[in-house]
Amino acid sequence: MTQQFTLTVNGETVQVEADPDAPLLSVLRDDLDLKGARFGCGLGQCGACFVQLDGKVVSSCDTPMWAAEGTSVVTVEGLGSEGALHPVQQAILDEQAAQCGYCISGVIVRAAALLETTPSPDADEVVDALDRNLCRCGVQRRIISAVVKAGART
Amino acid sequence: MTATDRSTATPSLPRDLVANPTLSRWVTVDDDGTIGVRVGKVELGQGILTALAQIAADALDVPLSQVRMLRAHTTDGPDEGMTSGSMSIVDAGPSVRLACRNVRALFIGEAARGWDVEADQVTVEGGSIRTADANRTTTYGELARRVSLDVPVSAEVPAKIPGGPRLVGTSVARLDLPDKVAGRPAYIGDLSLPGQLVGRVVRPPSVGARLVAVDETATAQLSVQVVRDGSFLGVVGADEAEVERAVRTLRRAADWDEADHLPDEDDLPGYLRAGPHETIPVVAEDRPQGATRRLRASFSRPYLAHASMAPSCGVARWETDGSLAVWSHSQGIHRLRDAIAQVLDLDVSSVVVEHAENAGCYGHNGADDAAFDAVLLARAVPGRPVAVQWSRADELTWAPFGSAMAATVEADVDDTGQVHSWTYDVWSQGHTSRPGSAGAALLLAGAQLSTPLTIPAAVDPPSSKGGGTTRNSVPIYQVGPRRITGHRLLETPIRSSALRSLGSFFNVFCIESFMDELAAEVGQDPLEYRLGRLGDERGRAVLERAATASGWGDSTPEDVGRGIGFARYKDSEAYCAVIAEVEAGQEIRLRRLTIAADVGQVVNPDGTCNQLEGGATQAASWTLKERVRFDRRRVTSDDWESYPILRFSEVPEIGVHLVDRPDLPSVGAGEAAQGPTAGAIGNAVAAAVGVRVRDLPLTTEAVVAAIEAD
Repeated sequence: MTQQFTLTVNGETVQVEADPDAPLLSVLRDDLDLKGARFGCGLGQCGACFVQLDGKVVSSCDTPMWAAEGTSVVTVEGLGSEGALHPVQQAILDEQAAQCGYCISGVIVRAAALLETTPSPDADEVVDALDRNLCRCGVQRRIISAVVKAGART
Repeated sequence: MTATDRSTATPSLPRDLVANPTLSRWVTVDDDGTIGVRVGKVELGQGILTALAQIAADALDVPLSQVRMLRAHTTDGPDEGMTSGSMSIVDAGPSVRLACRNVRALFIGEAARGWDVEADQVTVEGGSIRTADANRTTTYGELARRVSLDVPVSAEVPAKIPGGPRLVGTSVARLDLPDKVAGRPAYIGDLSLPGQLVGRVVRPPSVGARLVAVDETATAQLSVQVVRDGSFLGVVGADEAEVERAVRTLRRAADWDEADHLPDEDDLPGYLRAGPHETIPVVAEDRPQGATRRLRASFSRPYLAHASMAPSCGVARWETDGSLAVWSHSQGIHRLRDAIAQVLDLDVSSVVVEHAENAGCYGHNGADDAAFDAVLLARAVPGRPVAVQWSRADELTWAPFGSAMAATVEADVDDTGQVHSWTYDVWSQGHTSRPGSAGAALLLAGAQLSTPLTIPAAVDPPSSKGGGTTRNSVPIYQVGPRRITGHRLLETPIRSSALRSLGSFFNVFCIESFMDELAAEVGQDPLEYRLGRLGDERGRAVLERAATASGWGDSTPEDVGRGIGFARYKDSEAYCAVIAEVEAGQEIRLRRLTIAADVGQVVNPDGTCNQLEGGATQAASWTLKERVRFDRRRVTSDDWESYPILRFSEVPEIGVHLVDRPDLPSVGAGEAAQGPTAGAIGNAVAAAVGVRVRDLPLTTEAVVAAIEAD
């Protein structure tokens, strides 16, 4: 039942064998060992598994592999590197804008996409962008402030 | 721990060191100088391991980078009971400090012996162990092999050092966040052990449903193994997509016997008050005769879900010798180990549980249950680890709930506002059904086995630990003779257990709402009214700090209301005051929360603020939005649309102000804001719209309905 898929993940071309209906999230986590996108609901409702797909932020948990074929995927791991974090990642650390951190990958992916289109967002723009991301620890205020600061820095 | 251990122990040792006196359980030193610190408390996103690392580094006189906090482990690490009740800094802080001072003293002793000098001629600074004249130096790493830590801890360690704390009291950055922010493996769901298989449980459609029949041949075309024991049904396989397909197939192939036995979700107070109950007398003072004016009000809250961002997960592997290894995000790995051993009739020593982090849990969620699911499924594949991942629906419908609660408060008040009597009754299910509570194993799947476990109704922690139903049911104010009684429901199909702050959230909501009702009755300002009945100096300082910081008394637009909430958590821990500002326009909008708190000595100011901010935001979500939904048969709030929580567009601005008390013992901050936030929001809504809503949640619809009914 599996099929071969070719896509670009964090700048590298990869080929994977997968069920066409398998969610992109499972392939990223299990086949490509990229654990940064987290499983939160499997329903596209919480944002913990957000990735960029051809520049657009999507829930990888309800993106089937057949829809990911030939696309370019960027996960939280692809945004920064050791010693050169993405400005959003750095700002999250600077503001200590996380508690359990489970939602933070998806938040970072969404916020990084925001800075692509709106390099210096104000708080309202950040809130609009992140309204599909859920955070249960209640760190939203710190996150908003961190993303605004990341924008001011870039 | 036996009674003998207790009686022979040095009384000045912290409790957890009495129970776990061997130093090497707490601290190990490697040749490379790395100092491993293993505590029995676990990281839940609250930053506890960072705070304890600060304490350890100071006690050892090493830089923070030399300390590595190790995962809690039932065999290798100390048993410190539960990570709950905001007790981690209280329990583990003094233990880690003393254990590390012991280690420091042993290394100094060894260095002194080697150099043939007196121990008091040797000091430690920045990890360097040296003579006072600095002619001779060594390190923890160099001496590691010569110092045995398999020795009992001593309470008699020379008090340490001029200079005092260096890291304690400072906002050290969380040690675990860099990995999480980079998206590296950090959670139990990221474990990939050699040979690991995928496990899923096909949960019944409703509580108490019995599996009549299932056609297991339906999955014959799939490479999976079906596990059935009574009404427990699960699947194990190598490929996740196959396993998920098998779950869907089995769900269609299963025939369940269900019954309508859930209460009416629109009359939870009636359900809770009907009983049968255990009566919990808290205070029973005589009410004077000849009352002046009597006020009475009733309040309620619905069932609340923990609603962790990560559905629960458990990993287990049966070894070929019959022993069992388990990985779990449980808040009490030792209790989980004991419960698993009890249910499966295993020797406790053959079960090892290692903690693995997951998303914040905010109390007893599905962690222990998912671990037991993994144990049951892994039994079918000896030698292979099985990882069971719950679904979002599993987590929102099968993890225990924070209990619904109802209360009635009655007070006699005179024209000056003086309260001459206070009567408070609170009805609730119990607030703990963690593994081991009431002597029962209390693991979800246990009730579904062919030889089912009895799952008793939730109990309450003893009053010495703050109680559950009655937590914070005694007002901190002078209210005359009091009669305060809890009523714990003894029979219920709904599983309830610990949710952050237990009964405190609701009791403080009721007390603080009613204080405002009393103040209004006699025409006094809510702040002045409280201060007029509050003798506790630390409490007054906190209340005044919050009021000043929030601009209490400044004029507000007509549709904006301010409200106060205040309490001392568990009557003996952190003081917290919250001022809420609510705007009542087209909808109820929480604009701002101003928080002041006194947590004794602050170990990590920013970490403390983060806990208070997060606690308040979560409490705002409970107060404004949350309610577990069900019909008479099934829980129906099974995703984020049917169980909405506060979103980015709804969170208030927050300011936190700490009243530092460097000379007083540290207490936890994680639960202190829950009740005060609810009280503050309730009072702010009442101030904004002129009508009081006493039944949570305070949704816009509920407020509009109350205005129309007024």
